[in-house]
Amino acid sequence: MGGAHADVSKHVKAYIGVFVALAVLTVVTVLASYIQVSMGLHITIALVIATIKASFVAAIFMHLKWERGASIWWSLCLCAIFFAVLMMLPSLTVYDHPPRVEDKMWDLPAVQKAPSEHH
Amino acid sequence: MSTQVLPYTVHPHPITGVYSGKLGTWLFLASEVMLFGALFSTYVLLRIGAGDAWPSHHDTHLSIPIGTINTLVLIVSSVTMVMAWASLKMGNLSMGRAYLAVTVLLAITFLVVKFFFEYKVKWAAGTRPSTSTFFAIYFTLTGLHAIHILGGIVVISYFLFPGVGLWKKDPEYYTNRIECTGLYWHFVDLVWIFLFPVLYLM
Repeated sequence: MGGAHADVSKHVKAYIGVFVALAVLTVVTVLASYIQVSMGLHITIALVIATIKASFVAAIFMHLKWERGASIWWSLCLCAIFFAVLMMLPSLTVYDHPPRVEDKMWDLPAVQKAPSEHH
Repeated sequence: MSTQVLPYTVHPHPITGVYSGKLGTWLFLASEVMLFGALFSTYVLLRIGAGDAWPSHHDTHLSIPIGTINTLVLIVSSVTMVMAWASLKMGNLSMGRAYLAVTVLLAITFLVVKFFFEYKVKWAAGTRPSTSTFFAIYFTLTGLHAIHILGGIVVISYFLFPGVGLWKKDPEYYTNRIECTGLYWHFVDLVWIFLFPVLYLM
């Protein structure tokens, strides 16, 4: 039981550390939103900070850092794959406007041919 | 009268490597990732589709200070939740219950801020889910998240009051159930960590 106590008190130090990190990163993400940068960079910064925060929560608060149960890691791997697929789904909207043959022709030689058609 | 006990509530199952409640909770959370993931994916689709017509956070008038305060409230509640488990693990029930009580109070604080300082203000200004695509996804995502907070309050309150009898029968079993409750609670915090910048800041 003494060993378990020592383990848990080690955990507690990690919890406090994560709390400080999360609080600081929350302030940082708010301050970063006031910086004048392009929307793409703006979104990237916000999502990177959020991902760092989420990793702290998952690793320390949700005990994944100390998790040895293989079944949990397998479930999470599957979950991550399906989540990635889910987030890719919006990219299928490119097929709302499938590239047409004429578009491709216009991209290549049509630009050079165009002046001669005006004669 | 014999008492039926579910096996592997305390010790790891030989096949899964964890006590069964923990595996069950993680599988449930995986399904939750799909639920929120689908809505995040929807958000991305709608935002890309809207192009420049998507409102910036200056146009939506969501209060960043209120959002920040609620973010901090949830972070602190995650700390108190995990401290409740750590206290129980060290055999201190009264401390564990105190941390659980604080967690419930913080959860209620989050909902009060959400409903009275955010939804109510928006509603009074005539903002509805039908107002715009942004507010449709805003109310859907934050509403679903608020329901999860409510669910957490119910579960934590159960273990705080009627469910605490389990501690006398089997303290380790009770501690494990608090760990599972914590897993859920931290997941709800984790979802908010993404919702806050996505809806309030960008």
